[in-house]
Amino acid sequence: MADSSYNSPSEYIGHHLSNNELHLDFLGEGSFMTLHLDSFVMAIILGILSMGLIWLVARKASAGVPTKTQAFVELIFGFIDDQVGNIFHGNRHSFIAPAALTVFIWVLMMNAMDFLPIDIMAKFYGMLGLYEWKAVPTSDVNTTFGLALGVWFLMIYFGIKVKGMGGWLHEIFCAPFGSSVWVWPANFLFNLIEYVSKPLSHSLRLFGNMYAGEVIFLLLGLWAATGVSGIIFGSILGAGWAIFHILIVVLQAYIFMMLTVVYLSMAHEGH
Amino acid sequence: MNINFTMIAQAIAFAILIWFTVKFVWPPLLNAIEKRQKEISDGLAAAQEGKLSLEVAAKKNAETLNEVKQKGAEIVGQAEKRAAEIVEQAKNVAKDEGDRIIASAKSEIDQEVNRAKEELRGQISTLAIQGAEKILDKEIDKKVHADMLTKLAKDL
Repeated sequence: MADSSYNSPSEYIGHHLSNNELHLDFLGEGSFMTLHLDSFVMAIILGILSMGLIWLVARKASAGVPTKTQAFVELIFGFIDDQVGNIFHGNRHSFIAPAALTVFIWVLMMNAMDFLPIDIMAKFYGMLGLYEWKAVPTSDVNTTFGLALGVWFLMIYFGIKVKGMGGWLHEIFCAPFGSSVWVWPANFLFNLIEYVSKPLSHSLRLFGNMYAGEVIFLLLGLWAATGVSGIIFGSILGAGWAIFHILIVVLQAYIFMMLTVVYLSMAHEGH
Repeated sequence: MNINFTMIAQAIAFAILIWFTVKFVWPPLLNAIEKRQKEISDGLAAAQEGKLSLEVAAKKNAETLNEVKQKGAEIVGQAEKRAAEIVEQAKNVAKDEGDRIIASAKSEIDQEVNRAKEELRGQISTLAIQGAEKILDKEIDKKVHADMLTKLAKDL
């Protein structure tokens, strides 16, 4: 709570955790027709920035001796390619591997926004006239749900594409318990739970980690505002949490990418 | 924290980003890397081949060297043999020649001796006749005593 303009800790935390909302009244009434401008704009900027940079390198990629930048991009490429190749045994280059690259890099970049010191950045955003600006898109459940939703649709798309509409429906009603008509409801219920739980666990895992990380930074910030000992301990623990967060940021991006690959490769395989 | 339109917007952004990566980012990287992999494996194969051919060449070299050495030794042996032969032949020729010279000298000496004997015989017969003339004080009719003289000369 570096800024004395907050009246209470809850106001400080609430302010830092609320999104910059844009009401899309032209799409209709209701709370759903709202856009979190901060999450969306940050996500777009980070996506364009990261994938654009990789694209700039990829565009001029030479088969000869690579430059250091190209070697770095190829390092990421090789890492993703290996991971996907271990899980998915089809033609991964046509879709799944590039999708995994996108997910990993984009989520990593969005997670990495958590490293920015919130109060200093809040001042900076304030200078731009943005008084409510949450810089970490993945600590907004809408972002993670959006990503999981995309993966969910791809899952269904590949399921139908690989097995055919009949095969896919057959699987929904006849797996895992068997094809007898009496177990159709049980099978359907089972698959329904699976199809609901996959995107939920996929997105909430990432969201929970990033949101919790932000809350802990905020609590340490609150402590730092209480006096000299608070500044000392808040700084030390803040640094410690930031270092630990390096692991969490990368790990969560990796897990999100791996789950994406696993879900998509499961859609390719029969039960 | 509430679900709203942001979710859909993010999903659309996600889809566009994936499409972009699938279309523009992944293929050139994959191409470059696969091409390099192929170049490296080709290079390694070529190096292996070169190594192999080098080995073959070295082997061939050694073989040729051996052959040449053997041939050289053979030639030297032949030459030595030939030299010995030539020496032997020369020796023989020289010996023959020597023998011949010795033989001709011998025959010449014999001839000379015979000639000298003949001469001596003639002179002795003349001396004998002169001696006899003096003793007899009388001319010996050479014609009458020719037979006797010839016999005498022969006996000498």
